[in-house]
Amino acid sequence: MTTLTDLTLAQARDGLRNKDFTARELTESYIAAMDKHRDLNAYITETPELALAQAAESDARLAKGDAGAMEGLPIGMKDLFCTEGVLTTAGSHILDGFKPPYESTVSARLKQAGAVLLGKTNLDEFAMGSSNETSYYGASKNPWKATGDDRDLVPGGSSGGSAAAVAARIAIAATGTDTGGSIRQPAAYCGITGIKPTYGRCSRWGIIAYASSLDQAGPMTRDVRDAAIMLGAMSGYDPKDSTSANLPVPDFEAALTGNIKGLRIGLPKEYRPEGLSPEIAALWDRGAQWLKDAGAEVVEISLPHTKYALATYYVIAPAECSSNLARYDGVRFGLRVEGSSLDEMYMKTRAAGFGTEVQRRIMMGTYVLSAGYYDAYYLKAQKVRALIAQDFRQAFEQVDVILAPTAPTPAFGMGENMADPITMYLNDVFTVPTSLAGLPGLSVPAGLSATGLPLGLQLIGKPFDEETVLRVGGVIEDAAGFTAKPTLA
Amino acid sequence: MLDKQTVRNIAFLARIDVKEDDLEPLANQLSGIIGWVEQLGEVNTDGVAPMTSVTNQVLRWRADELTDGGRADQVVLNAPDKLDGCFAVPKMVE
Repeated sequence: MTTLTDLTLAQARDGLRNKDFTARELTESYIAAMDKHRDLNAYITETPELALAQAAESDARLAKGDAGAMEGLPIGMKDLFCTEGVLTTAGSHILDGFKPPYESTVSARLKQAGAVLLGKTNLDEFAMGSSNETSYYGASKNPWKATGDDRDLVPGGSSGGSAAAVAARIAIAATGTDTGGSIRQPAAYCGITGIKPTYGRCSRWGIIAYASSLDQAGPMTRDVRDAAIMLGAMSGYDPKDSTSANLPVPDFEAALTGNIKGLRIGLPKEYRPEGLSPEIAALWDRGAQWLKDAGAEVVEISLPHTKYALATYYVIAPAECSSNLARYDGVRFGLRVEGSSLDEMYMKTRAAGFGTEVQRRIMMGTYVLSAGYYDAYYLKAQKVRALIAQDFRQAFEQVDVILAPTAPTPAFGMGENMADPITMYLNDVFTVPTSLAGLPGLSVPAGLSATGLPLGLQLIGKPFDEETVLRVGGVIEDAAGFTAKPTLA
Repeated sequence: MLDKQTVRNIAFLARIDVKEDDLEPLANQLSGIIGWVEQLGEVNTDGVAPMTSVTNQVLRWRADELTDGGRADQVVLNAPDKLDGCFAVPKMVE
C-alpha cells in the first residue's frame, strides 16, 4: 500500500470520497510524520488535537456526501495568517503569546472548504527574508541535501516552513504569502509548486501585513493540479479587504487541459544577465523547448526596467513595512518591555521584540519616507514601479505568458548569505518584478542541479489569468517529469 | 552618507532603542543599501505618474452604518496590561 502521506492533494481528495481511507487516518499519518521530522523546524506551532477534531467533522461530512473542496485534507498554515484562538507569531518575538480573536479570510475559507489544520508553519520574521533564517523561532531546514554533502540548506523564504513541510510530506499542502518572491523562491528551493496569484485575488484580511501593496497569499503544493484546487478554495471577493478584486473565481482545475497549441510564450532577454548560472540558463532553454514541442510559439521579449526592480522593491517594501509595523508598540498585543515613559516603553519593546533584519527594514523605510528624502527615494521608486508595470503591459500585448527561471541558484547553505543584506536580496531578482506589477507567478519544479538540488521554472501571466499560468505550468510539469524526492522524506 | 546622528534620529522616529555602539555599524549598513538603491537615479521618470494602485481599481463606497462592535473584551484580550476594558500604558501626564 502507498503511504498516505505520499498522495497528492487531488489523490487524497479522491481517496477520501471513495472511502479508501478516512480523514482521521490521513490526519494521523501526517501527525506521525510531523513527529518524525520535527528536526526540520517547519512548524512553529503544531495543532494535532484541533486537526483530529476537524478530521472527525470531515469524516461526518464525507459520510453524508457533503464534502467541501478541501474536505479532510491536512494542511500547514503559514504563521502569518491569524487563526482564531491559535498562537500566531509572524516568526517574531514581538507577538509573544498572541492568540487572535478572529480568523483571516483565507484561513476561514480553507476551513469552510473542510481543510484540516496541522499547525502554523515557520517563516522569516514578518515575512522579511529569503532563507527563513530571520525567524525568532530558529530557521526551518530544507529537507533536501546536496549529493554527498551533509550540510543543512535553507528552505528559502519567507514561506520556508510551508515549503519544507510540503516537500517533507509533513503537510499535504500549505499556505504561503508572497511579497517579493516568498512563495515562488522557497517552492523552487524545496522542489514543490507554488503560485502567487494576481494581487487582489486572495483577501489580505487577517494576514499580518508586511508591505500591503505587494502582499498576496497563495498555495504551496506537491503539483500544479493541487495548486489549482487549493487556489480555488483560497480565492474570492472579500469586502473586508479594500483591494480585494470583485471577480468570479474560475474553476482553476478545469483550466488544466494540457492544450497550449498556438499560445505565445515570452522569454525576457533581461532575465539572462551576464553571469547567469549556466545550469539555470540550460534549464530555462529546456523549458522553452518543452513548450515549443507542445505546440506553443516562443518569442523573445524585452522588459527594459528589470535591472531596477530590486532597488525599487527595497525602497517600497521597507517604506510600507515601517508604517505597517508601527502598530507593535507593547500596548495592544504581544511583548512589552517596561520603561519609565511611554516613548521609552515603545523603544525598549521594539528593540527587544524585532530582529536585526526587521529593524533594518523599518529604519530604511523610516528614512526613505522622512522629510527631505521622500521625493528622492519613495516617490522615485513609485515612478520606476510604474515603468516596470508598463514593461509587462507592453510585453503582454505580444505574448500570453512569460517563462523565466524562479531563482538564480538552488538552495544555499545555512548562514552563507547572512553577512551582506544585498547578497541575500539578490535571490529575488526574478520574482520581485512580478510582485511590483501585481501579476500572477507560478513556480514549478523542472529539474535538478548538478548537485542534486531542485530547480524551478516560473510562469508569469496577465492580471487575473491564473488559468493560463496553471495550464502552461501543467505542461512544463508533465514534460519535466520531476519525480525526485527530498533526502529526508 | 548616513552618519551616526542621522541614524540616531531615524531610530527615534521609528521608536527603536539602538545602543550607542550599534549606531556606527547600522549607519554603514543603511548607507550601503541607500547607495545601492541610488541606481534608480539613472532612470528617466520625467512625466511618469507614481504607481499607487496595483490593480487600477477605484476604492469602493459602502453605506456608513455600524456593522460590528460591542467586543471590548476581545479587543483587549491580548493586551499586556489592561484596566476596565481599556489598554493600560505608563503614565503620560504628571
